[in-house]
Amino acid sequence: MANEMLSYIDRTSPIHRLTGATKLVCFILWSTAAMLTYDTRILLFLFIASLVIFYVSKIRLRDILFVLIFILVFLLINNIAIYLFSPQEGVKIYGTGHVLVEFAGRYNMTLEQLFYQLNITLKYLTVIPAALLFIVTTHPSEFAASLNRIGVSYRIAYAVSLALRYIPDVQRDFRNIAKAQQARGLDMSKNEKFLKRVKNASAVLAPLILSSLEKIEIISNAMELRGFGKKKKRTWYNARPFQKRDYTAIILFVLLLIATLLITYHDGSRFYNPFS
Amino acid sequence: MKKPVIEFQNYHFKYDSQKQPTLKNINLTIYEGEKVLIVGPSGSGKSTIGHCINGLIPFSYKGEIQGSLKIMGKEASDLDIFSISKMVGTVLQDPDGQFIGLSVGEDIAFALENDCTPQPEMVKAVKEVAAMVDMGAFLDASVHHLSGGQKQRVSLAGVMVDNVNILLFDEPLANLDPATGKHAIHLIDQIQKETNTTVVIIEHRLEDVLYRHVDRIIVVDDGEILADQNPNELFSTDILEKVKIREPLYLKAIKYAGGAITKDLEPADFSRFRAETFREQLRKWYEEVTLNEEPPEAEPILELNRVSFGYTPKKETVHDVSFTINKGEMVSIVGKNGAGKSTISKLICGFETPNAGKIIFSGQDITNESITERSLKIGMVLQNPNHMISKHMIFDEVALGLVARGVPEAEIRERVEETLKICGLYPFRNWPISALSFGQKKRVTIASILVLQPELIILDEPTAGQDFRHYTDIMEFLMELNRNGLTILLITHDMHLMLEYTDRAIVLCDGRKIADDQSVRILSDPQLIEQANLKETSLFELATKTGFTDPIKFVERFIAYDREGRNHGK
Repeated sequence: MANEMLSYIDRTSPIHRLTGATKLVCFILWSTAAMLTYDTRILLFLFIASLVIFYVSKIRLRDILFVLIFILVFLLINNIAIYLFSPQEGVKIYGTGHVLVEFAGRYNMTLEQLFYQLNITLKYLTVIPAALLFIVTTHPSEFAASLNRIGVSYRIAYAVSLALRYIPDVQRDFRNIAKAQQARGLDMSKNEKFLKRVKNASAVLAPLILSSLEKIEIISNAMELRGFGKKKKRTWYNARPFQKRDYTAIILFVLLLIATLLITYHDGSRFYNPFS
Repeated sequence: MKKPVIEFQNYHFKYDSQKQPTLKNINLTIYEGEKVLIVGPSGSGKSTIGHCINGLIPFSYKGEIQGSLKIMGKEASDLDIFSISKMVGTVLQDPDGQFIGLSVGEDIAFALENDCTPQPEMVKAVKEVAAMVDMGAFLDASVHHLSGGQKQRVSLAGVMVDNVNILLFDEPLANLDPATGKHAIHLIDQIQKETNTTVVIIEHRLEDVLYRHVDRIIVVDDGEILADQNPNELFSTDILEKVKIREPLYLKAIKYAGGAITKDLEPADFSRFRAETFREQLRKWYEEVTLNEEPPEAEPILELNRVSFGYTPKKETVHDVSFTINKGEMVSIVGKNGAGKSTISKLICGFETPNAGKIIFSGQDITNESITERSLKIGMVLQNPNHMISKHMIFDEVALGLVARGVPEAEIRERVEETLKICGLYPFRNWPISALSFGQKKRVTIASILVLQPELIILDEPTAGQDFRHYTDIMEFLMELNRNGLTILLITHDMHLMLEYTDRAIVLCDGRKIADDQSVRILSDPQLIEQANLKETSLFELATKTGFTDPIKFVERFIAYDREGRNHGK
């Protein structure tokens, strides 16, 4: 069976040893840094650092390849859309306009626009591996606990973690249903015309949604019958106390965020301008 | 003086979504430390009684209540679901669906976590309870990697950890293979004796529950209580037959032989039942029943030739399996959960491709054919009908496969209508599917495959979760299709099904074929039974007990007689 998407991958690494809450806090700090800055030097640094962290985590590229490709395609679409809707954004930001290729007026390709979009792409590339890492290195039982620990209500935390946990189940159901429908002649492979494939796919979605609703009813009854939601708070069987390495990691990431902000804003602009 | 723990008084209940009340005038008292079995056909209201006891009614399922229900002396409607859950622990039917924690320890701890129990106490409590159900060594194991029986132990521990007064089991045997079911009943009995909790079991597999002593059986039908008796008394009446609950087979055999069962023969406990009383009657009946043995014509339709397969390269799920299915046969594939039964069916339909070996259909190698190509010859009906149904109307659902193949409309109409007639669904052809019962939905999915006119159809657990009446309906329907020439392959862990309906069975164990023989012979081979997690049929024991030298012949005759009776009954 293909590797389940977005499910916990059990390896032994320093990243795995951190508690879920630590990883969540670090992830939030990291994304804040990456989101606020447009300083290309910092983004490059963060990007390389994220590759290093990724390497340290012992998660291999092929473990997450499918999701990664999916996101990269989105990133590409996003880039095209930016170009379509505001092709002169870079010129506006950096104040100069080095035209590279001439298209019709507004759509002239400028070095500034390319540089601007490179920055955006870098941002994504910095955050994506971190997000994926958080999901695949946090044991699902710790997931809810860590969200709860940073102040998210445990009900919401549980909802999120259950949703994540059902991803493999839903994938399995999907495969079974899809194949059973194919066995009725509803072809979803490339042999069929695109429109018909879409139509046939709906024959998979309807039963998939219904059976998922069935599952939800069972699990919510089961949870209620065991007292879920009785009190404002709850304790966690699997909670792990913070260790030295957790504090170290958090302090490190806080410093990183502060450094990023200082470097980014010291000259009054979020953008690093190589053109001036 | 016994203390009542559950008291229904003139209790009525109507779901908001329904016009008619589901429970009518229920009067039932269950005392502390009692073990009570509630039986009844699907839709009788037995599960609704369970929902009332554990508080899902009225807190999750809304409806109108009349009368009174007291739990541990307190009026249930004055309590909330959380205080009820402290008194009543419920073990639901499907262990996979009810796991909340991912590891054994975490799942057992769930109720404690909700109670804000400090971690050290929690760890201690979990350890104790896990030891009670023999799962102490598995605290860190993932719940999804456990066997069916272990899963149930964990579910049980998860409610016991709350020190509940009442344990409620909602169809605990539904997803277990026969041997595991037997252990589960034993475990429930043991726990009840050790902790003196009150146990309420809702189940229709009567004979299996009676493997251990039960104080009372409550028969529910059409929302009312028909009987509330000691099992021995109940078996001396004909109530079970009336409500179509499957009686223990050994009692059925004696009834066939004309024997009258009275309560002082202790019919409820097979080990104490005085079967020898009926020795002469059984012998006479045995002589009278004739077996018409017709040699089966052997023209192979499906052959598996040394097929091996694994989902991951490291672990093979199916090893070197070969068998032949002949045209017009109806064969069971049996084995415990995870033995590779479903995988075999997926290989046959082309959902997965074998790593080695050949699959031959009507003399043609189909190993490399796609799912769609194979679907012209082989049809597959999944266990859960909700996994197949995607249209609102019955007609459209059955027509779906034909529409996809571009069959002309006039022909579609003709073929769908004909199929609906065969399946007894014609009167409902314009109904929405949501209005159908589970059994009828199953029929719709069978119809939607039959309409494609395959030569072989594979059904995965065709009778799972159905009561005896629906079970009989579906199986009789399949028998009829089989008599009309359709070859049928059934994947099941239901021994009754295998014994009563399929002459031949293929037994799988850990991905290997360990037997391919007459069902009767398989169920009388102690070694096979143990390996495949099956259970010896009580008919066989009955024959041994009453001195038959060839018990297999006795069982064969019973099956033949039983089938004959069902055919005449139609």
